Amino acid sequence: MKALVAQTRSELMLSLRNGEQLLVNIAIPLLLLVFFSAVKVLPIPTGVDKRVDFLAPGIIALAVMSNAMVALAIGTGFERHYKVLKRLGSTPLGRGRWVLAKIGMVKILLIVQIALIVIAAFLLGWNPGGNPWLAIPAVVLGAFAFGGIGLLMAGTLRGTVTLALANGLYLLLLLLGGMIIPFSEMPGFLGTIGKVLPSGALSQVLQSCLRSGAPVAGSAWIVLGVWAVLAPLAAVKFFRWE
Amino acid sequence: MVSPESQPAIEVTDLTIRYGDRVAVDGLSFVAMPGQITALLGPNGAGKTSTVETLEGYRRPTAGSVRVLGFDPVAEHRQLVARIGVMLQSGGVATGMRPAEALHLFASYYDNPVDPDELLDLVGLADHRSSTWRSMSGGEQQRLSLALALVGRPDVAFLDEPTAGIDPAGRQLIRRVIADLRDRGVAVLLTTHDLEEAEKLADHVVIIDHGVVLADGTPTELMRASQGDDVRFGAPTGLDVSSLGARIGAVVTEVSPGEYVVASAATPTMVAAITAWLAEMDLPLADLRAGRQRLEDVFLRLTADASVPDAEPTTTRRRRSRR
Repeated sequence: MKALVAQTRSELMLSLRNGEQLLVNIAIPLLLLVFFSAVKVLPIPTGVDKRVDFLAPGIIALAVMSNAMVALAIGTGFERHYKVLKRLGSTPLGRGRWVLAKIGMVKILLIVQIALIVIAAFLLGWNPGGNPWLAIPAVVLGAFAFGGIGLLMAGTLRGTVTLALANGLYLLLLLLGGMIIPFSEMPGFLGTIGKVLPSGALSQVLQSCLRSGAPVAGSAWIVLGVWAVLAPLAAVKFFRWE
Repeated sequence: MVSPESQPAIEVTDLTIRYGDRVAVDGLSFVAMPGQITALLGPNGAGKTSTVETLEGYRRPTAGSVRVLGFDPVAEHRQLVARIGVMLQSGGVATGMRPAEALHLFASYYDNPVDPDELLDLVGLADHRSSTWRSMSGGEQQRLSLALALVGRPDVAFLDEPTAGIDPAGRQLIRRVIADLRDRGVAVLLTTHDLEEAEKLADHVVIIDHGVVLADGTPTELMRASQGDDVRFGAPTGLDVSSLGARIGAVVTEVSPGEYVVASAATPTMVAAITAWLAEMDLPLADLRAGRQRLEDVFLRLTADASVPDAEPTTTRRRRSRR
């Protein structure tokens, strides 16, 4: 227990000390939320009163992706590159507690991130509807899906490749995931692709939980659940510690 | 303290490691005792790292077996890691970490750790509180790595090139810390190609190349000042010395039971001829020591000639030089 607490604290401290991670985790989602709520450039689905009502769920989904996928992948990828993981392999910490510490770190950062987004959204006049409590399991499933993808990259690719790919994937999943651009605005085939992506599934589920009048997201829950199971399993299977 | 009669801390028996078609380690056997510094010496690509990583449980032997403190490093990894300390040649610490943070973190992994502040003092990093790993010099990183290897009070310490690229003062400090470990009964396995280091520090030297043991003994044995050029080896008593002598073209004498002297320079060809004869007779070779020379001469001579490893594989079941 002592080791797990110390490891989690250390992971948190290192990610807070890392400016790029703070930028991708906190600053970019908040900036997108405030900017696109205030500036009427992006389309919003018909029947939505305020832009923030559509943007807030999408930005929460983006925060989950930034943290659990991008920051986790880059951080872990470089730890692997610098033999940090190899060195841990010959200590009594063990892989189980290492994974738990990573999960703990992502969880704590997510709580802080989402709290900041929710506060900012309320300041922008957000009026959540639907069933907000269902957003919690949705965020958890999303974190497992993105965390699995992040660790799969970090554990199989070189550190610099992970860095590039995580950032590229971030942009792609952001654009196609219905997070800030509604699926209704995309050509049919792009929307179809977007909805089977983890980002698309999570943003649809969060829209349905947090916005009254959003479509029911039955199939999106299933897609999200499948990603949340398959991605971590793939990470466990293919992860290489050095 | 560990009594001199204690069991080996590390036992490597006929270890073979293959990567696909490439043989990295080819029937390697040696032991390392508690309270001794054992240096695993060899040129790059000799099989040192593969051997050590097998002992640390990072990879499985293709054939043969290894035991560390009696544990199988892979199957009993959990028990093993609580009692070993590892110093990698490079890296191993997150780049944003400060020395005290790294030591406190590692201390939390162990039941009875050394006080991190005490260790920082010991390795001379007490005044580096605010520098992160990224901003530390190579020597400072090495000293922190060493401290991290010691924080769990290990019974076996694996140190990979611990003084590579370090200034003389840092080198002295690291050597002092390692010698102190030995005096406290720790089995230290030092991987190095720095012969001076091995000569100064080691109680026991194992020279390997192409994955086989070329020589194994104390530095003094390996460098023994003899009356002239000769080769000494240990093997079962009562060998047919005339037959061996005829085969290798030199006079062989059994100077004491199981201890043989060959009146010839320790050329690679001679060493190969002796080991080949022993292999043909299916006789184990204990240790093999060349005449008056520095360890470096022994090392260079043994590792320079590619014909040596081509000799029949030898089973080096060596006697231990007990302290």
